Amino acid sequence: MADTDDDHIYLSLAEEHGDGDARWAFGTGFEDPLHGVETAVPAGVDAVRLAADCAALADDALVGAQRLAEWCTRAPELEEEVALANIGLDLLGQARLLYTRAGQADGSGRGEDAFAYFRDADAFRSLRLAELPNGDFAFSVVRLLWLSSWRLALFTRLAHGAPDPVLAAVAEKGVKELTYHRQYAADWVVRLGDGTEESHRRTVAALAGIAPYTGELFTGAPVCGVAPADLRDEVTGVVRQVCAAAGLELPEAEPLPGSGRDGDRTDHLAPLLAELQSVARAHPEGVW
Amino acid sequence: MSDTDDPKAGWPLYEVFIRGKRGLNHVHVGSLHAADDRMALTHARDLYTRRNEGVSIWVVLSGHITASTRDEKDPFFAPSADKIYRHPTFYDIPDDVPHI
Repeated sequence: MADTDDDHIYLSLAEEHGDGDARWAFGTGFEDPLHGVETAVPAGVDAVRLAADCAALADDALVGAQRLAEWCTRAPELEEEVALANIGLDLLGQARLLYTRAGQADGSGRGEDAFAYFRDADAFRSLRLAELPNGDFAFSVVRLLWLSSWRLALFTRLAHGAPDPVLAAVAEKGVKELTYHRQYAADWVVRLGDGTEESHRRTVAALAGIAPYTGELFTGAPVCGVAPADLRDEVTGVVRQVCAAAGLELPEAEPLPGSGRDGDRTDHLAPLLAELQSVARAHPEGVW
Repeated sequence: MSDTDDPKAGWPLYEVFIRGKRGLNHVHVGSLHAADDRMALTHARDLYTRRNEGVSIWVVLSGHITASTRDEKDPFFAPSADKIYRHPTFYDIPDDVPHI
C-alpha cells in the first residue's frame, strides 16, 4: 500500500476534490460503481435469464440485509450492532443495483422498489439459508460465514467473467465488501468456537443447524456462466479452514430437498417480507 | 487489565486515531469497546470510516495513554505563554505552501 497515491501524504494533499473543500473532513471521493459502464444488454446474452439471475442474487442480498438489520437494538454490543448494520447496508446496496439491472434486462422497466416491495414470497428466488431466523449470535455469524464465502466465490468469478458488463461491475464492487463480511464472520466464528464452553456449544449447534441448508448453494443452473457446483470446493474449503482454526468440526448433513432458487421456501420468508414491505404497501406512491 | 479476564466485565476501552485522505497525521476521532486489538481495528473501521474518511487507522488501549493532569497545567504550559521568540512569525510564507 505504501506506493498508492492515497498513502503518499504529499500527493494526497495536492489531490483536487471538486466537491467543496470545506467539507472534506466528512468524507469525499464517493464513487458510482456503474460510472461509465454500458447498460445495454450485450448481443448474445439471454436477457430473460440475466434478469432472473440478477433478481435471484438481489433476493439473497435483500433478505440477508433484512435479517442483519433485525440485530439493531438487539446485538450483544453497540459496536457489533453497527458492524452488522454496515454489512446489511452493503448487501442492500448490491440488491438495489441488481434489481435495477433485472428491470432493465427483462424489458419491464420495473424499478428496484417493484422487486423489493411488490412481490410476494412465492416470487422470491433467494436461498433458504438467507431467510432462516437469526437465532443466537453464533447462528447469525456462522450463517454469515457461509453466505459471504459463497457470494464472494461467485462474485469473484462474475467480476472477471460475466458477459453482462453491469453485472460484472456490481460483482467487482461486491467483492471488496464481501471480503470484509467474510473476514468479520470468520473472526467471530473462531472467537466463539475457541472461546468459552458455552460459546463453543452454541457454535457447534449453529453449524449443525445450518448444514442441511448449504446443499442448495451448490446445485442448480449456472448463474451467468458460473455453475454453482464449481463453487463447492472453494467455499467448503474456506468454512472448513475457519472451523479448524476455531477447534470445530464441519458437520456433514443430508441436504434439504428442493431449492430456494426454484421457489421452495421455508415458513420464515413470508413474515420477513410482511414487515419489510409493510410501509411501502401502505403508501404505494410514497416518496421521501 | 485483570478485569478483562471476566467476559461479563465488559470489553476494555480503546482510543481511535484516523488519518484522513488529506490529513498529514492521525487525528483522535473517538473511542470504542473491543475484546482485543484486532477487534478494535475492525470496530474502528465500522464506526469511524463509514463515510470514506480514512486511509489509515491506529487503535490503542485507553489505559496505555499517559495524560497530563489539570494539576500540572501551570508548570507544563504556562512558561511558554510569554516567549514570543519561539513562534516563527518573522518569516514570509509563500502562498502555495499548504498546511502552515
